Amino acid sequence: MQKLLETFLIGLSTGSIYALMSLALVLVWRSTRVVNFAQAGQAMLSTYIGFEIASRSEVFWLGLLFAIAAGALLGAGVDFFFMRVLFKHAVSGPAAVVAPVIATLGLLGLIRSIVGLTWGGEFKSIKSPASTDGFTIGETTIPFSALNLLIIVTVFVILIALAIIFQRTNLGLSLRASAYAPEIAQLAGIRTARTRTIGWAIAGGVGGVAGMLVTSFNFLSPYSLDLLLVFGFIAAVIGGLESMVGSVVGALILGIALTFILNYVGTSLVFIGGFVVLIVVLLVKPDGIMARGKVRRG
Amino acid sequence: MSLNVSNLTVHHGAICAINQVSIAVPTGKLAAIIGANGAGKTTLLRTLSGLKHPTNGSIMWKGEKIAGIKPEALVRRGISHVSEGKSVIPELTVRENLELGAVWRRNAKESKESIDQVVSIFPRLGERIQQRADTLSGGERQMLSIGRAIMAKPQLLLLDEPSLGLAPLVVEQIFQTIRDLTTAMNLTVLLVEQNAMGALKIADLGIVLNLGKVVAINHAQALIDDPAVRAAYLGY
Amino acid sequence: MGKKITFFIILGWVLLLIGDRVDELRVYQGAQIAMYTIALASIVLLTGYSGQVSLGNGAMMAVGGYAAALTLNNLGSPVWFAFVMAVVVSALFGAFLGAAAARLSGPYLAGTTLALAVGLPEIANQFAFLGGVPGILFDVGLPPARFGEEFTQYKWFFWIATFIALIALFITSNILQSRYGRTWRAIRSNSLAAELSGVHSGRMKILAFTISSALAGLAGAVLAMTISLVAPGVYTLALSFALVTGAVLAGVSSLPGVVFGALILVAIPEVADVLANRWGGGENLNNYLPGLIVSVLLILSVIFTPNGPGENLRKHHHKKM
Repeated sequence: MQKLLETFLIGLSTGSIYALMSLALVLVWRSTRVVNFAQAGQAMLSTYIGFEIASRSEVFWLGLLFAIAAGALLGAGVDFFFMRVLFKHAVSGPAAVVAPVIATLGLLGLIRSIVGLTWGGEFKSIKSPASTDGFTIGETTIPFSALNLLIIVTVFVILIALAIIFQRTNLGLSLRASAYAPEIAQLAGIRTARTRTIGWAIAGGVGGVAGMLVTSFNFLSPYSLDLLLVFGFIAAVIGGLESMVGSVVGALILGIALTFILNYVGTSLVFIGGFVVLIVVLLVKPDGIMARGKVRRG
Repeated sequence: MSLNVSNLTVHHGAICAINQVSIAVPTGKLAAIIGANGAGKTTLLRTLSGLKHPTNGSIMWKGEKIAGIKPEALVRRGISHVSEGKSVIPELTVRENLELGAVWRRNAKESKESIDQVVSIFPRLGERIQQRADTLSGGERQMLSIGRAIMAKPQLLLLDEPSLGLAPLVVEQIFQTIRDLTTAMNLTVLLVEQNAMGALKIADLGIVLNLGKVVAINHAQALIDDPAVRAAYLGY
Repeated sequence: MGKKITFFIILGWVLLLIGDRVDELRVYQGAQIAMYTIALASIVLLTGYSGQVSLGNGAMMAVGGYAAALTLNNLGSPVWFAFVMAVVVSALFGAFLGAAAARLSGPYLAGTTLALAVGLPEIANQFAFLGGVPGILFDVGLPPARFGEEFTQYKWFFWIATFIALIALFITSNILQSRYGRTWRAIRSNSLAAELSGVHSGRMKILAFTISSALAGLAGAVLAMTISLVAPGVYTLALSFALVTGAVLAGVSSLPGVVFGALILVAIPEVADVLANRWGGGENLNNYLPGLIVSVLLILSVIFTPNGPGENLRKHHHKKM
């Protein structure tokens, strides 16, 4: 029973970080119809910047702030300089299917190389903002630590903030309208290109938080965020790519499922577990959990 | 003449959709644009609202050239386009759809006043103000689209086939509302319609397009009385 | 048909002659190039022709590699049979995957294959008979004695790899030019129209996955041969990404282009090495310069020649006419 609870809680903590990544991916997908693999790169670079600040100032939260800012700038920059160029040379022919995905993959590789050349590949670490010791209840110590709790709370706060922005502000309305129906939004006077860039900036900032949170308990290297990207993506696909709520739900489910596999089945099967969860969900609902009958495709 | 279209030519790729069209619409008048499918009516509106770039010719609005300017910029100059069919955003509520039309004005108080105004014109929208737009009937969606356009306080209103797919009673209501709005708000209106009779009855001016060219332009009543127009478009 | 067979035979003969004249390193790289051509061919078929974007080709290579190694070591079979098993087992896997993925499109398919690419190789760590992290040996043995003492191990690899690649490309070329190839292209451009013309797009997609996986599995076995090892660390996510990169650089729907793509994939680490040393060496430079070059190339080619360099040449040709 206790193990069940521990697994569930840790899964929640892990899943909430995936939720940030998948949310960022869905944000970008909805506004541009592109899966931006480079977001892992953006998150990576933002985290390295956050790492620099955090290690110099010895304050994790300051590093986090800078990571958010860097992420936002990067996100806006990638949209402005990269995506717009890409769409100007709009692709036809057999490569049209692959081109934007590949381009973002290329960008990921580029950012990773630049990070590697600048900082090198050795593992770096940030001092965690909270204790990583498990909580002690009575005589037993559970693996769930203050850090896990802090992660859950941080993600929760961010999700609430995003929800408020999206549901209650004009900016949020513009973002949603530009994503659902760009032409109608344009005709209503919304500067859709600018709005989209803001969406990318938000996604970038969120990715920066995700990277910093992972790095609070994991080593930082040019490859350390790859799994975050993969699981964030899987979570987004499970949730259906169309719904931000769905991506969060998908991420939590994935986090909990993977932790269960980790604790009850075996360490190395965690990754294939991700695949299995995904396939099972998609077999039942090929457009993801939250998909309604009519889904916007392509 | 607040709207002056001069020798406008618009292409879809290699196909010429609008061929040297010249139209002048006086301020505060309602012009009905009728013609068969493929005559270029929708393309004309899309060019006027900035969604499409003309190949040639000029568009003058309030004394300024506007051809090729982006739609969101034209909204700020007083042009609102209610496009055909899918003009509401189904995932947003009625209120949000309306608010969307006034976001660019950045004035919360005015936005609220405008919503009140729209609701007084279309009481049905008021009843459903919190509901998602995809729960609305066809007629209500059309009202919502027009309502959103009004939120921008336009001076030029472009309407693309508002009667499409609606029951005759609803169509009558909507046409009457359009007429009342034109007069009450001193709007200049371009009304593209398949329902030629309904459109001409409320219009001041009538324009007949065929294969991208203007074949007739006259007072609306004159066109209704014209036997050629009657035979081709009015069914008698 | 006859012309094609002749072409391949002559090509094979030429390659073998070249193999005699160049040094060991180049011979080894020749084997690598052969391996990559098979792997890239699998992407050309799956993505270029049937329009399904898969990021998991590395995983299929792993399936083939492991199948070959297990067959060789546990069944004591001849080497050629190991390669056959690689093809068969990965084809089966591919059929399964294709069936599961048939209803998926675009990013959903990409995500699923990405998950596979990350997840599948790690399974080896869990089960002892798969060799765990250090992996399993895949030793195809020394070249036959009658080739003489001058005939090195790497040359033997080169001969086997080239032979396999030539056969695989020949067969693939025939498949792509047959009505199967045409049907896949029809599905790729407009699957609704294809369905209405009586095409079972689901079945055809699964077929594409099956054959493509068979090719990838074969490439995986060839890769295992060249390093004498199968292990999770061989079939990484980076490999899947590199393959997709190579395919785009070569023209994702061009089978002849796979040779070009394979050449680039093998050349870049070498070019990067040279450049890194010229610029002062240092670990960082060595590790990350190849990636930098590949990424820049990839981005440029996606923007300017998304359908491969052949596209621009064709356009030029048309303009002249």
